[in-house]
Amino acid sequence: MDFLNGITLISNYILIPGLTYGSQLALGALGITIVYSVLRFSNFAHGEFMSFGAMTSILLCWLFLSLEINLNPLPTAIIVLPFAIIITIFYCILVDKIIFKFYRRQNSKSVINLIVSIGVMFFTGGLIRFIIGPGDKNFFDGERFILKAKTFKNYTGLSEGLALKTTQGITIVLSIILVVLLFWFLNKTKTGKSMRAYADNKELALLSGINPEKVVFITWIITGTLACVAGTLYGLDKSYKPFTYLHLVLPIFSAAIVGGVGNPIGAIIGGFVIAFSELIVTFAYKKIFFYFLPNYLVPDGLLQILSTDYKIAISFIILVLVLLIRPTGIYKGKII
Amino acid sequence: MYLLFGENITCGYGSVDILFNCDVGVNEGEISSIVGPNGAGKSTAMKALFGLLPIKQGKIILDGEDITNIPPQQRVLKGMGFVPQTNNIFPSLTVEENLEMGAFVEQHDCKKMLEYIYELFPVLKDKQYQLAGELSGGQRQQVAVGRALMTKPKVLMLDEPSAGVSPIIMEGLFNKVTEIANQGTAVLMVEQNAKQALKISNLGFVLNQGKNLFTDTGNSLLENKEVRQAFLGG
Repeated sequence: MDFLNGITLISNYILIPGLTYGSQLALGALGITIVYSVLRFSNFAHGEFMSFGAMTSILLCWLFLSLEINLNPLPTAIIVLPFAIIITIFYCILVDKIIFKFYRRQNSKSVINLIVSIGVMFFTGGLIRFIIGPGDKNFFDGERFILKAKTFKNYTGLSEGLALKTTQGITIVLSIILVVLLFWFLNKTKTGKSMRAYADNKELALLSGINPEKVVFITWIITGTLACVAGTLYGLDKSYKPFTYLHLVLPIFSAAIVGGVGNPIGAIIGGFVIAFSELIVTFAYKKIFFYFLPNYLVPDGLLQILSTDYKIAISFIILVLVLLIRPTGIYKGKII
Repeated sequence: MYLLFGENITCGYGSVDILFNCDVGVNEGEISSIVGPNGAGKSTAMKALFGLLPIKQGKIILDGEDITNIPPQQRVLKGMGFVPQTNNIFPSLTVEENLEMGAFVEQHDCKKMLEYIYELFPVLKDKQYQLAGELSGGQRQQVAVGRALMTKPKVLMLDEPSAGVSPIIMEGLFNKVTEIANQGTAVLMVEQNAKQALKISNLGFVLNQGKNLFTDTGNSLLENKEVRQAFLGG
């Protein structure tokens, strides 16, 4: 019984939150990796694009709720998501046409584009706070849990509960759908293959008659979609606050680099590596020892390696370690 | 009358001219080679013919049509295929995807062309789902040539096809080039290995310092004492 309780505890506090947070990071890292491999720069504005997507979802949610359209027991955010995606894509393409295109025309170096993207990041962040304000917004509605801890306890008779929040379920399911679609697009369709070809060898792609503007256009469509879904899911799960997305850029970049920049599978794996590391390092292990060890061996302290306040530092440490030891990442990506 | 003819071309990089009033061309269903020492402007001539370099003087004629001012992508549509010397494949795409990208602009008989290329280069059929970047030098060249052939070009332009491959592979590659020409695609190539290239060529253009030095059939050039001494090592 103790053993099962211990497993439940790990599932409830590490496995499920890790899968959820990891999916959100993976979607973000995919967006960064795709922009990096096709447009050849690190897009620091991606976090704010995610924030923009989440903000659009919130505004649309309010609109839909005022029109009394909802999807009970699922959150309203699910219905508004397609519209929010379109608006986010539109914003990404607008930014590209006005700003990035100018530097692309001049064949600017990747580092110039990176600085430009930081500018876009600050501008977008400002725009978002101007529209929706800097405060906390909770836009989750509908049924809170798919599986309540209490129900689980009653059902199994264990003393530890296992809960699955609706947002967690939605995050995992939507991420799987989106990733499958993305890989199908990149590997099976002619347009997707031409995108990979363009990322691989730009000159030869031009010689083969691949239209660069179309490739760039589709890249922003994919990036906008990924950013909006990732941002909305993150906001839905943890409540929306514009500033958190500024911090989110770091774990997302770590995920992309740990996995190997430019490699989509790497981005997904990197996302989970970062998410699970953050949870494993900041988890208080006292209770687990309580279940797995004889009572007289259980220590008194919380057995937490680092306080949760240092969560963000963990992705930074991993980033530095990877850059020092294996700069190409888990899957051989491009070296930055 | 040449099928592809670069007439009286003067061009270069920036303000520095590399080619001076140079003539190069290839007849239908034949092989032409451009040979000469390093820095003679061989690769520059190729780039100029394909529109990768702006031309200061002269014109380029394909099948009787003046194509001097159209961009490279459209020359592909008009029936030119180009295999650059380096970076001529998509390394992280599979062999088959590489070939498909060659036919990106026209899909009419992609399947048929794929079969033709697998027939021409049987080894590619065995490796069709392997990443092109994992292949050997000779196999990569075959992928590169195959990619350029996917559009069924009238003229295939090869920039140093034998660069970086072993002599045995090179011979095989030259055999394939002859086979391609026999099937009706004219081949214009630049080669370091002048002797072997001239052996299989109907026409040879010897360039030096950006100027035409000799133009003759491949065999006559091989027998020409002056050419032998200066460029073919005796």
